[in-house]
Amino acid sequence: MSAIEHRFGPYGGQYVPETLMPALAELELAWAGALADPAWTAELAELLRDFAGRPSTLYRARRLSDHAGRPIFLKREDLNHTGSHKINNALGQALLARRMGKTRIIAETGAGQHGVATATACALLGLECIVYMGVEDTRRQMPNVQRMELLGARVSSVEAGSGTLKDATSEAIRDWVTNVGDTHYIIGSVVGPAPYPALVRELQRVIGDEARAQLLEREGRLPDRVVACVGGGSNAMGIFAAFVDDPDVQLIGVEAAGEGILTGRHGAPLTAGNRAGILHGSMSAIMQDADGQIVEAHSISAGLDYPGAGPEHAWLRDSGRATYVAVSDADALRAFALVTRLEGLLPALETAHAFHHVLEEPSESTMDLLCLSGRGDKDLGQVLDKLGAEEL
Amino acid sequence: MSAPEARRVPFGTHPSGTHQHSAAGGEQRIAAAFGKPGRRAALMPYLMGGFPDLDRSRGIGEAYADGGADLVELGVPYSDPLADGPVIQAAGTRALRSGATLDGVLGVCEALAPRLPVVLMVYANVVYARGVQAFTAALRDAGASGLIVPDLPLEEAPLVLEACDASGLALVPLVAPTSPDERMGRIGARARGFLYTVSVTGTTGERVALEDAFGPIVTRAKAHTHVPVALGFGIATPEQARAAADAGADGVIVGSRLVRAAAEHADDPAGAVRDIVAGLAAGLHA
Repeated sequence: MSAIEHRFGPYGGQYVPETLMPALAELELAWAGALADPAWTAELAELLRDFAGRPSTLYRARRLSDHAGRPIFLKREDLNHTGSHKINNALGQALLARRMGKTRIIAETGAGQHGVATATACALLGLECIVYMGVEDTRRQMPNVQRMELLGARVSSVEAGSGTLKDATSEAIRDWVTNVGDTHYIIGSVVGPAPYPALVRELQRVIGDEARAQLLEREGRLPDRVVACVGGGSNAMGIFAAFVDDPDVQLIGVEAAGEGILTGRHGAPLTAGNRAGILHGSMSAIMQDADGQIVEAHSISAGLDYPGAGPEHAWLRDSGRATYVAVSDADALRAFALVTRLEGLLPALETAHAFHHVLEEPSESTMDLLCLSGRGDKDLGQVLDKLGAEEL
Repeated sequence: MSAPEARRVPFGTHPSGTHQHSAAGGEQRIAAAFGKPGRRAALMPYLMGGFPDLDRSRGIGEAYADGGADLVELGVPYSDPLADGPVIQAAGTRALRSGATLDGVLGVCEALAPRLPVVLMVYANVVYARGVQAFTAALRDAGASGLIVPDLPLEEAPLVLEACDASGLALVPLVAPTSPDERMGRIGARARGFLYTVSVTGTTGERVALEDAFGPIVTRAKAHTHVPVALGFGIATPEQARAAADAGADGVIVGSRLVRAAAEHADDPAGAVRDIVAGLAAGLHA
């Protein structure tokens, strides 16, 4: 066994059909081999630099800092090629798939950002690509559906359940069970059976590693708080990873409160703090009923509309190292409008949840670092619908 | 670790070294169901508990027994069944919508258990939601003989295995065509009741003409365990059932074909499945 974690405290594990177990072992072995291969790591570094546009900039938000009364630094993952942090993971896993000799790639997507990133990586490397997307999400994220199809991917619309990210992920896993011989599943977040949660974190930690160095060089200090939105939690895990060993830096994950935690219509399993359970192959914080049936999440943002969160987040919560809060649909929409007007930045609705917490909730922090995980062009139609032009 | 040699031992007897647990009531009942004279392989139809509703699912189970089933695999409907194809998935969704609960399905188990051994099929989260000990105790009280958890591989199974052993339930593990020999050996050594052998790389569902593929997987499975080998996934017709027996399977599991029949004959699902089960049973006569 390689050193990659299978468990985070009581969370994680590999709760999948036997058919997939050898593929998970193969993936773990390939990952260890790739990391030890200078040619592989050099190719990934080159693609991240020249294709994706890394390092992403660290920007001191001018008017948002004035608004909040403290400096707010934004890690600009929205400036990456394809418009979000998802490309970091997609490029890494696509290179890994090629190394394993897999010719067919499957992925799930909620907001479409991971689907677009995966379709892009597959176009670049000449791999067949099928993206599973809930039927509800194909409607609210149409521009990303069109983008994936232009990139040569096949978008498979999933009607089961609530037609959102959970159902797309279940369908992708079923595809993998059937086609595991020639197929690699590029999971989009720090969720799923081991080794995925740790593997995706390692591919995303470039966010935190860069931001920490950039801030130290520029300000000579670390932030008081690192804040990121959490659906599955890959951008948050990526930026947290570099600061976990800095005890004075507070780590805050922002989930979707949807219509309110008490209504049950939310996407905030970490904040709600209910009984742990198994979803998509790992034990973690999930949303379920008394019988253990997974319940439907709700969020205005497709990327946070998920009834689970990565197992490492559940452990960071339990161990007290990170704190999780939730922001409602309405507050996220207001933050979206505020950031756009004040700073000239159009954040993804997912990120707007984190912005609300930083900009509107009282804090004694003297400096914040926020992961601007993606751009919000994909959300325009929905935001204009909900807000009405006059409020913008 | 080397694979154990293929060997033929009477079912219900346990080679030393692989079994150190005490209670084994469920296992003995399962073993008896596999060892019936006049039968080339035991017939184990799958029943989706609560589909189309609890009452009618109990009736379907009775029809399985009437049609000649030797055991029944009773499924607990689940919101995210990762190992199931579209037919069983849809039936599960329908069962949940019509109000099926774990306790409701255990009621079906209790009703069927006097007639034939019931092996419950349930996804791991439902077991953990109830609590592993409480779950196996409830299962034992409902008269079940065994438990299948399709998303609980060897590495995650110890806790549930211990609870099953303590409750006299057989925890039936799965092997798949993708399982390497060494791994199959480790799974087979810890098997209780029977070894659920997945015939194809894929989810549950009917498939055309895969009889040719049965031989290798059955042979491999039998070489790696001391318990009966039951073949499932994709077996729908008497011809396929016979081919499974020809390949050496000790048992045959039929699921989607029967669930589809129940769905297509909403007026009389029990009658529809009784005929199919009788046909399958006839195909397995020695």
